[in-house]
Formats: sequence, C-alpha cells, structure tokens
Amino acid sequence: MSATQQQFCTFYIQGLLFGVEVQTVQEVIRHLDMTGVPLAPDVVAGLINLRGQIVTAIDLRRRLGVCDRQQGELPMNVVVRTSDGAVSLLVDEIGDVVEVEEKNFEEAPDTLASKSRELIRGVYKLDTGLLLVLDTQRSVNISATAAEAGSVTH
Amino acid sequence: MMDEFIQEFLIEGSELLDQLDRDFVELEKNPDSKELVARIFRAIHTLKGTSGTIGLKKIESVNHNGENILSRLREGKLSLTAEITSALLSMIDATRQLISSLESTGQEGDLDCSAIILTLSEILEDRKNGAAASADDTSTVTDASVADPPQLLGEILLQDGAAVQSDLLHALKTQQTGDPRRIGEILVHNGVVPQTAVRDALRTQEEAREEAVNSNIRVDVILLDKVMNLVGELVLARNQVLQFTSNQKDAAFLSTAQRLNLITTELQAGVMKTRMQPIGNVWNKFPRIVRDLSNSAGKSVRLEMEGTQTELDKTIIEAIKDPLTHIVRNSLDHGLETPAEREAAGKSPEGVLLLRAFHEGGQVNIEIADDGAGLDLDAIRAKAVERGIISPQQTATMSDREIGNLIFLAGFSTAKRVTNVSGRGVGMDVVKTNIEKIGGTVDISSVRGHGTTLKIKIPLTLAIIPALIVTSGSERFAIPQVSLVELVRLEGKTAETGIEMIQEAAVYRLRGNLLPIIYLTRQLKLDNNQNRLASDAINIVVLQADGRQFGLVVDEINDTEEIVVKPLGKQLKGISCFAGATIMGDGKVALILDILGLAQGASLASTSHERSSAAKDAAATDGRQGESWLLFRVGDRGRLAIPLSMVSRLEEFDPATTEFSGNCEVVQYRGEIMPLVRIADVLRLPTQAAREGPMQVVVHSDGGRSIGLVVDEILDIVDQHVSVTRKAEDARLLGSAIIQQHVTDLLNVPALMMSMSGEGRIA
Repeated sequence: MSATQQQFCTFYIQGLLFGVEVQTVQEVIRHLDMTGVPLAPDVVAGLINLRGQIVTAIDLRRRLGVCDRQQGELPMNVVVRTSDGAVSLLVDEIGDVVEVEEKNFEEAPDTLASKSRELIRGVYKLDTGLLLVLDTQRSVNISATAAEAGSVTH
Repeated sequence: MMDEFIQEFLIEGSELLDQLDRDFVELEKNPDSKELVARIFRAIHTLKGTSGTIGLKKIESVNHNGENILSRLREGKLSLTAEITSALLSMIDATRQLISSLESTGQEGDLDCSAIILTLSEILEDRKNGAAASADDTSTVTDASVADPPQLLGEILLQDGAAVQSDLLHALKTQQTGDPRRIGEILVHNGVVPQTAVRDALRTQEEAREEAVNSNIRVDVILLDKVMNLVGELVLARNQVLQFTSNQKDAAFLSTAQRLNLITTELQAGVMKTRMQPIGNVWNKFPRIVRDLSNSAGKSVRLEMEGTQTELDKTIIEAIKDPLTHIVRNSLDHGLETPAEREAAGKSPEGVLLLRAFHEGGQVNIEIADDGAGLDLDAIRAKAVERGIISPQQTATMSDREIGNLIFLAGFSTAKRVTNVSGRGVGMDVVKTNIEKIGGTVDISSVRGHGTTLKIKIPLTLAIIPALIVTSGSERFAIPQVSLVELVRLEGKTAETGIEMIQEAAVYRLRGNLLPIIYLTRQLKLDNNQNRLASDAINIVVLQADGRQFGLVVDEINDTEEIVVKPLGKQLKGISCFAGATIMGDGKVALILDILGLAQGASLASTSHERSSAAKDAAATDGRQGESWLLFRVGDRGRLAIPLSMVSRLEEFDPATTEFSGNCEVVQYRGEIMPLVRIADVLRLPTQAAREGPMQVVVHSDGGRSIGLVVDEILDIVDQHVSVTRKAEDARLLGSAIIQQHVTDLLNVPALMMSMSGEGRIA
C-alpha cells in the first residue's frame, strides 16, 4: 500500500457511508444479544459477550444524534480496538473495504451538525459518493457525556 | 526495555534467595546435613555463574567467596559456625539488595559490599592457614566439579568423597575391558568403596532424576487468563451442545456429547488450578524473619507451619503477603516473651509460633497462633476508654472477644515501647483493611498467659466468586455472596403490609429492628413493565455494606452460582452501582451489583428525591428539567408523559374488578377505594375498539389519596432534559415536548385531580 492510499472498513448509518481505518477494526459480527446497563448514558446500547470478553456496545445512531433504528431492525457490530480495549460500534449495515487516495480528502463542511462534526474527521470523495471518516477514539469517549447524564439522574 | 536475560535472572534470583533463606535456617538446626550444604552451594553457584555471564560484576564478586566457603563446607574441610552462617546470610542480603536495585533501576546500584567480601575472604584465609594440610585447595570452583546435579554414579561418589579419582579411573578401565558389572559393583568388589556409600550415591542419583522429571515451566499470567477465557467459552459451547442432546436420539452423538461434557469440566478445573499457588510461597520468608527477630530480641522461638500446600489464587497470595508478615512480626514482638519471662511463668523457654492453613467451606482459613503472653485485655480496655473509642460503661458489657477485636481499630497500639519492629502506628487496622479488601475476615482470640490466635478467612480466588443471581425488571443481576446476610420472602398478607413507609423511606421490621428497604427496579430505573400483582410475594435480599444492613427488593431470586468477574469498560466506570459483569451459563452478560455503591446511591437518591418533592408544587406549572419521565400511550396515537416522581406504582387490574361509586369508576386497591381516571375519555383522545386483557394503571398518590390513571400501554421511562416546545390550551396538560423523537404531551396531574374533584362536586 502506498503512503497516499489507505483502506477503510465502511458501514452505513441512516443511509450515510462511514468508514474507519481497517487497522483499528478487530472484527465485524452480526447482531448479538445485548444486556442493557441501567443508569448508563443512552448511547451505551448494552454489553455483549464476545467469546468470553465483555464488550461495551455504543449505538452510533445515538452517538451521532440521529433518530433510532426502527423496531425489528437489527444493528451489526463493528468491534474496534481503542486505547481502552475493544468497543463495539452498532451500525445499520456493513459496506465493503474501500481503498482511498489522500488527494481526495477534505475537511468536514462547517454546516454539519455539531454533534456529528466532532466525530467526523473528514470526507473522502469517492466516485460512488462520500465516505465520512469516523474518529473511533472520540466515538467511544463518552465519559464526559456520562458525567452529564449522571448529574441529571442524581 | 529490560534485557530479557536480566528479566529471567531477576525471577530466578529472587526464587533462589528465598530458597537460600529457608535452607540456611534449616542448616542451623542440622549443621551436619550434607544435602543442605550441597543445595545451598548449588544455589549460590547458579547465582554467581548467571550474574557473571550477563555481566553483573557486583553480584558475582559478592558471591564468589561465599561459593568457595560453601565448596569447602561441602567437602568437609570447613565446619559450620554461627560466624560463617551470619557472614553468608549478610552476603545473601547484599545480593538481595543488589537484585532489587537491578529490578527498579536496571543497575546494580552503588551498594558497598567490600566489608562483606572482606569478612568472607577472612573466613576463607583463616581456614586456609588453619587447615594447611589440604594442599589441593583451588581458589575457584570450576563448573566441572559442580555438575549440577550429578548424573553419573562415579561423579556422585567423588563428590561425596567416598571414592578417589584414581580408584574410579581404575574401575572405569575394568569396565571398558569388558567387565559387565556396574561401576558401583566393581568399586565395592575392589574394596575401595564401602557398600553403604554406593547405596547412598544411588539414592542421590535417583532423586536427581526425579528432580529433572518434575521440572516446571514459567508461563505468563496473561496467557493463562487468555486460556481461561477460552475455556469459559468452551463451557458455554458445551452447554449449548448439551441442550441439543435433549431432543436427539443418536446414541453416538449422545455419548460424544457426554464425553465433551466431562472433558470440558476437567479442563476447566485444570486451568483454574494453574492460577493457584501454595500458601507456602508466602510463608517461605517467615523462617528467616523469625530467626532474625528472635535473635535481635533475645527470644527463642520455634516456627511451625502446617498446610503449606494449601492453594490460593495468585492475586490473593500477593494481597495477604504484607498483612501476614505484619501479624508474624507482631506476635514475635508483643506476643512471645523472653526465655526468662517464660520460665518464670512456668512455660518452656522456647516459644512456639504456629502458622496453619486449611480449606473449609470454599474458603481458606489461616491461623497464626503463638503460646505467648496473650492480649492484655485490661490494657486494651483502658486504652480504648482513654482514646474515647468506647465509654467505661460499654466495657462492662463487652465480651473478651469484643475487647480483643478493638485492636483492629485505627490508631490503636498497646505496645509499651516502640521497637523497630512494630508499634509505629501502622497497626492491625491496616491488616484488617487489607484483608477485608479481598473479601476476607479476621478475628482474634486470646487467653491471658497462654497465647493469642488470629484467624483469617479469605476466599479462594477473586476471579471467581460465589454470587446470588436475582432478577429485576427482566434483567439478571449477580450479588456477591460476601455481602449477603439473609433472604426474606413476604407472602400473602405480609406482602401487602410488611413494608411500611416513613415518608419516602421504605422500611421492614426484621425481628423487631427497622431495616431500610431499597427497590432495585427503582434504584436502577429499570423498565417496570411487567408489574407484579399486589398479591405477589416480595423478595427481600438482606445485605451488609459498610457495617450497615439494608434490604434490597428484587422481583425474583434465582440461584447461587460461581461467577467469573470481568471488568466493565471505561464508558461505564462512572456508574457506582456495578462492580463488573459476568457471563452466565446461557452466554448472556449479567451485571454484578456493587452493594456499597448501591447503598450510597440510595441515600443520595433519597436526598434528591426529598428535594424534588419539596419543589413539586413550584415545578408543577413550568417545564420540568432533567427528570425521569414515564411515557405511556393512550388511545390510538396519544403519547403522554408524567414525571416519574409522581408515579407511586404501576398496576394491572382486571377490567371486571372495577366498580362504580356514584358516577366515578373505582377499584379496590390495598384495602382502599381508588378512583380511576380514563385519560382517553378525559382528554377526548380517539380510541378504536375496547382493549382486551388487564387494564394498565399508573397510580399517583398525594397526601394519602391515590388516583389511578388508566392508560393503554406503558411505553418507557426516559431520563432526559424536557423543554416544553408548545404551550397547551388545555389546563390539564403542561404542554408538548419532543421525547424520543416523538411529540409527547405532558400531563399536569395536580390539575387533572383538581378537575376530577370539580366534576365530582358538580355531579
């Protein structure tokens, strides 16, 4: 792979194509049963059993501030490696692994909603559409939000 | 990155040093044991050799002379004296310091070892001059003469000094010329070696072989944890396979499944065992501590150890190391008396310190007993009163055991004098805290003049704990057994009246004492959809946290199970109610409750609750902020919400049980008559066909009066900042807001009640 090319694992959320660097993805798995965590921030969808490892699942729809999935629509798990261990990101649908070139990269437009803007590092212009690059570390970093939620519940 | 060889040496070195400590103390008791001297020699030879190879000059030079002394001891050219033992022990201490410096800084450090080297070489010189007869003294020990451990019979005989080189060579030659006899037989036949010597040598050879067979390997704990996780997964897969067997007839499949079952169980037990270590690993250093302390205090103490093979999880072994050392030091310093004092008391001059470990009821018991003076209960009593810990009146009613246990309180030390051993303020309270941290308990009992016994009970492992599994709001939770006191089940009449209210606080009279009650569903804001009927039993789990008892009401009590504790991700660390999570038999995740956090959360919640009820009237008219809301559906499309703080219960009633009082629909509820309000009718919301099944009723209580709001479906409880986006024309609504992406009307309950009573008056 040349220095100007990068591979992204892509997935869809509410019709939009998102991508994370292939290296950060541990695995992609179908929907698993989840155990809800009471009192947790609402972006935490629950805990999943990933072959004996307990992994927190974060609903990217809620994280991005878009509306919830319809009932009966099951999300997929994109398990990513972060500095705090494995975390599962819940997405609508899995796309292909795409190769992108650095020259097609652009910053996210200013008009993006602030909640998404903070999580989207930029955009790759593909022939087929736009690929939004998700910042995984920021996506799973919800301790600030948790503190907020905590102050509300207590 | 630390050099791999140095890393290896650090592990090997500290193990060797521990073994040396033990062997030296043993050697003082049996100075003639050739086997011990040989073992010590081998250990020091390894230390010196390895350190020399990887360039640790200081460790090598410190141990060099010691090795030579031991070589001479082994050959019988020197005899062991107290002077030599002390010199060798100080050599080992210096080595230990060098190694620990190596571990922390990566360097040997600038410890001055010249005095030790000098003492050792003086001993060596001294003997050299004294025993000049032995002319063949070599100043260094060659590797050949160590042969660690010797394998050939001839070498063993040479090492033991039973045979000389020339005889051996002669015998070997005989063998090479075609003599079929063994080397030992030839030597005995030639009359150069006595029969017994050969027999001894053969035994040594046998032991050496066994040692080689019983060799261990080092494994990274991380790798072990990984294997353990995999085994956990295998267990789950096994469980699923076993579920299939129930509707299978294939005999071959059934027997294979059965075998899989057995093998998995055995594998699981085996992997668990790899984390276990004998408690002897901690006790190993005590002989040396006892020797040094009793020597410096002029006491004579015999250390006895029972059950050194008792096994414990590695993490627990680490955790009890320091508390145990402290207790042993304490016993030596305060408990056991000097020989003169002991004789005056009619006891043998030698004190006994007994360490005992054994398994009992899934726990490990450790006892540290001495036959010393025992606790001075009067002194403890006086001290406790003086420090204001207890009142003089209290002392009269306290049992001796209770008084004894006062020493575990912070800042309590009765040492008459401060010694370099104990009495420095870091006392038994730290011991108690550390043991309780790992879920253990400690108890002390003492008989004045006859000794003190400390009993410690600790769990076998922290990774796997016994837990009670409960269900609340259709979720399972695990409660660690250590916090569990008892289970109470209220049935029939008592279920309705057993739990009494003091304002907002629920209590239960448990054998005459008031037990605060916490509802798990409320505490965790769980979905309470499938509400129990009032006649259902109430399950109270009585728990203990922070010295206080409270009752936790759960929907269902399932079973006790051994669970594997796993940590929660960073995203969930902030929630104090959970201590971790575990994987249940069916592969699903269950949360482990943190009892202390839950109790603290409850008292926190109740204060905020009081605040919110005080502000209830003021907040009733404006848009509420950041509260919990109960969402429900009324009619076909009506989405409404009321603040959760206004909901006292959610109930289901059989529509057939409603009656009429005047023109008001009522229902008998907890011995009272509760009016029902059909929200759909009041707000004139469109409703299609009449509902089937039980009525969903939201019970609101205010000032002793209850009102039941009849709704069609309880949707959710949400926690969110709600801002009224559209003011309502109807006074019975606060307005509309967007909750969960849907327009939701906020019901004004007080206004609704007012309008109800107004209508009632008109009628």
